[in-house]
Amino acid sequence: MDQKPIVPSEDPAQLAAFEARIAAGESIEPKDWMPERYRKQLVRMMSQHAHSEIVGMLPEGNWITRAPSLRRKMSLIAKVQDEAGHGLYIYCGTETLGVDRQELVEALLEGRAKYSSIFNYPTLSWADMGVIGWLVDGAAIVNQTVLAKASYGPYARAMVRICKEENFHKRQGLEICNTLANGTPAQKAMLQDAVNRFWWPALMMFGPSDTDSPNSAELLKWRVKRKTNDELRQRFVNLTVPQAIALGITLPDSDLRYNEATSNWEFGEIDWSEFFEVLKGNGPCNRERLAARNKAHDDGAWVREAATAHAAKASTRSIAAA
Amino acid sequence: MSHDPGEPGGLAQAPRPNADAAAAVAGTRSTHVDNPLFEYLLRLGDDRLVLGHRLSEWCGHGPILEEDIALSNMALDLIGHASALLALAGETEGKGRNEDALAYFRDAVEFRNALIVELPKGDFAFTIVRQFLFDAYSVLVLDALSRAANEKVAAIAAKCLKEDKYHLRHSSEWVVRLGDGTAESHTRVQAALDELWRFTGELFDHDAVDEAVAAEGVAVDHAALQSVWQGMVNDVLQRATLRVPQDGAYNRGGRRGRHTEHLGHMLSVMQIVARSHPGASW
Amino acid sequence: MGDATRGMSDSQWPLWEVFTQGNRGEPHEHAGSVHAVDAEHALQNARDVYARRGEAVNLWVVPSVAIVASSPSDAGPFFDPGNDKAYRHPQFYKPPRGVRVF
Repeated sequence: MDQKPIVPSEDPAQLAAFEARIAAGESIEPKDWMPERYRKQLVRMMSQHAHSEIVGMLPEGNWITRAPSLRRKMSLIAKVQDEAGHGLYIYCGTETLGVDRQELVEALLEGRAKYSSIFNYPTLSWADMGVIGWLVDGAAIVNQTVLAKASYGPYARAMVRICKEENFHKRQGLEICNTLANGTPAQKAMLQDAVNRFWWPALMMFGPSDTDSPNSAELLKWRVKRKTNDELRQRFVNLTVPQAIALGITLPDSDLRYNEATSNWEFGEIDWSEFFEVLKGNGPCNRERLAARNKAHDDGAWVREAATAHAAKASTRSIAAA
Repeated sequence: MSHDPGEPGGLAQAPRPNADAAAAVAGTRSTHVDNPLFEYLLRLGDDRLVLGHRLSEWCGHGPILEEDIALSNMALDLIGHASALLALAGETEGKGRNEDALAYFRDAVEFRNALIVELPKGDFAFTIVRQFLFDAYSVLVLDALSRAANEKVAAIAAKCLKEDKYHLRHSSEWVVRLGDGTAESHTRVQAALDELWRFTGELFDHDAVDEAVAAEGVAVDHAALQSVWQGMVNDVLQRATLRVPQDGAYNRGGRRGRHTEHLGHMLSVMQIVARSHPGASW
Repeated sequence: MGDATRGMSDSQWPLWEVFTQGNRGEPHEHAGSVHAVDAEHALQNARDVYARRGEAVNLWVVPSVAIVASSPSDAGPFFDPGNDKAYRHPQFYKPPRGVRVF
């Protein structure tokens, strides 16, 4: 695999020591020596993860005001709030690598940063709340459990906190799906329609096959990424298909079949052209998501400035009074 | 009796009413309240349900991540309080309605929240000033109710009070930050305060329902609370360099189901999924 | 899509480190960071982010810039006073205006 040449100024002895630490399973902490490329990859990966949590608040936030029971309303608010918290933990982790959150926020708002493609799809019915918890959080968990042992200390620690909360989200989602699956014919149809819309985008969350993914080899070597995209996707499918069977719904894939020899659920071809279009900004909601985040940020500017101004005034007063 | 509709300039004579119809058409000026404790619990529960819903509209749209989390926290707390209060209301009514039946299947005219909580969320200044004015009232009322002779009410009030005190700390600090922040934030907060002031009177109204529940062990001295509230509010507004509005005229009606036009629209959104599938479980 | 009127005064606020005490008698542990404009604000934000589900009985918040840290152990016994922050953050260092340190 092609790798970027080591920047000439990186000390080969330090690089060797660094790679030995990684191989030994040690944690890299913020003040440890690290190759500039490692730092850059981590900033990219962590900030993308944080951006995804923040943008992810929008498709689910869309149904808070319409949640059909007080218990579901509270659960959904708690879930979306958790996502804000996850974004916050990871942004803070990214800041330990030498970048201010303001820069990260600007990169997202100006369209220069990536976030998970799944959040560019609209949520069209209450059933989407169940399906997102089940499939989207389910996929995120498969991705994230391995990250809890990532080599970078602050990221790994944020992930432990996040995984605890994420498990509750997935269970909630499955519970909503179960209630719908055992409900009225209209509720069952609502659930099936939501699954039909989210199944393939959920599979795409794991990213293209690693042979097509430029960053994978390096990330695997540095223990920032632990498994390949295809391995994780297969693990997700194997976990999820039995759950679909238990729910009594179908998955929109006529090629889905169980392979006795490999114990894998084999699935059909993914239409990667849809994925790349969404990544380019041409998904159903890309513009709306960024517009919403920009509006919140712009509307909030006077608030942020006021808080800063107040603190400055208060501090001047207390210095004067001292 | 002469009927002559054809006469130019003449009006047809109305038929003489029969005695039963005459007696039946005379209604009453005010609705009789059958179950005052049920009414009272609806007031407490609806205040928090509607306010919690308005706060939840900020999810994902807050001015900064930390504040998004804070607003959602308050929304969650308030809806939780509403849930407990409405559940008790349903029990008290004794007709088999639980908190969801009450929240999702009553029309606007059956809601008993004060008008102040149903107003649209506005900008962050409006939201925070409204929150502060309500929080200051709520901690006083819940504190009084936590000593109520009615044990169930007292227990719920005591539990909610802890969280409400935290809300008050949050909202009052923000009023100060914004009031004594920048010129823009000061202008926005003063405008919000001026707009909201006429909705504060209703919070301290004392009517036949309050009298009736006082007799049932749920007594709140609204007049006394109002002067404490005024003192707390004046303190914060002074620290915030804000002018206390002098409006004498107050808007009221929510406690009797006479709401602003905003509530109907809010409920259309809130209730649509539940109402589209009557009898379904979620 | 950047707003040209976003001035230098608009920031995500200064950084604070949060330490939570799980139960009485236990030591405070580093939980993460929050952004806030002053100490009271930082305490409130820390409670909302790290303790809203009752995970802590007590919180400490410290401006990140106030934390003095030792060098990693493999740097030997020499503690470099110029490298005494817990991590490198733009707010702790003042680069010349216009220079991107990232």
